[in-house]
Amino acid sequence: MSLLVIFRSILLILLIVCAIAVNLTKDLLRAVIIFMSYSSIMCLIWILMESPDLAITEAAVGAGISGTLFLVTLKKLRAEDHTEENE
Amino acid sequence: MKERFFKWFYGESDPMEHILDCAEVPDESREEWKYEEHEIEREISRRVHTQSVIRAERRGFYAFYLIIAVISCLMLIGVLLFTVSQLPRYGVENPRAKEVIERYVEKGLEETGAVNIVSGMILDYRAFDTLGESHVLFTALLCVMILLRLDEKNKRTRYENYYTVLADPYYDISTDPIMRIAATITLPSIFLFGIYILLNGQISPGGGFSGGAVMGAALIIYAAAFGFTVTDRVFTYRMSRCITFLSLAFYSFAKGYVFFTGANGIPNGVPKGTPGAVLSGGLILPLDIAVGMVVACTMFGFYSLFRRGSIGGE
Repeated sequence: MSLLVIFRSILLILLIVCAIAVNLTKDLLRAVIIFMSYSSIMCLIWILMESPDLAITEAAVGAGISGTLFLVTLKKLRAEDHTEENE
Repeated sequence: MKERFFKWFYGESDPMEHILDCAEVPDESREEWKYEEHEIEREISRRVHTQSVIRAERRGFYAFYLIIAVISCLMLIGVLLFTVSQLPRYGVENPRAKEVIERYVEKGLEETGAVNIVSGMILDYRAFDTLGESHVLFTALLCVMILLRLDEKNKRTRYENYYTVLADPYYDISTDPIMRIAATITLPSIFLFGIYILLNGQISPGGGFSGGAVMGAALIIYAAAFGFTVTDRVFTYRMSRCITFLSLAFYSFAKGYVFFTGANGIPNGVPKGTPGAVLSGGLILPLDIAVGMVVACTMFGFYSLFRRGSIGGE
């Protein structure tokens, strides 16, 4: 077994673990962070599959922008909860 | 029917509220003080009864929902596995797919002038796909605008506009020193990297979509670290509208022209340039720039709409 095969299988196992963990996590903030790490792992896998175009897009959109949008949404939801508690 | 639709559309009532218990509008009829005592008791018993009915309905709905979810999951898994089983084996030659691949690999450089064959495919041979993708993004931005834009209909108070949303200290993170210093250090290289990917789409991996996404992410970091007042100076609603329209129109006309002349066998007169140089690949570079502009505007527009309900400064 070469080093690359071991690395690739570790990445694939981590990918599956992340995908399951997103569903099982109760805390939404943690779920978003796990989702972003899922995208980062996917980005590495794209590089190993020799498609750097997709890797760049995955890193920018999957790990960056969609995660940011999720975080902003969470912030808005929590902000509204926060004001209700104060009232 | 029409009236109910408009009530739902403007958020005054929710057709699923007795099932899902997610009504946002307060119930106007809950004025217990105007009933007599026995009327109150009758009302309470009626409500308890309705509650139990609703609870039973909800339980039934959730059971139904679970069953449907499991069935559709299994069907999706089945369809995907069936499709995978129909695919040719990995690494085995497939005569049907071979012709197109051979054409792309052998004639790609000569016909498109792009060293990066992926760019040559998505912006030359299959440019209509990419045009559709840009329009999908644009449509997504329009949907987000319909839902989240702060206008007369969905203001919570009369004085709420996007300036007051930002003035709320809970939303304001632009005073965070860590964010500011990190953004100051990393932003120039992120912007440069985005422009590099955008302009080198025809000679190295990347292209319009990835470069535009990186530039949009850089704009988002800029707005998050220094506040929207800084980005409003350069990025206005009017400018975003102009850029998106011009890019999409340029893309459609340029590709329409090339496809029209190509289909009729007329030389289109677009210079191919030296393969490997930045100014090469015929129309690929301008199309890359157009797609990148649309994507950057859309990504920043998403963030801005999510944060404050407006696409840019007025």
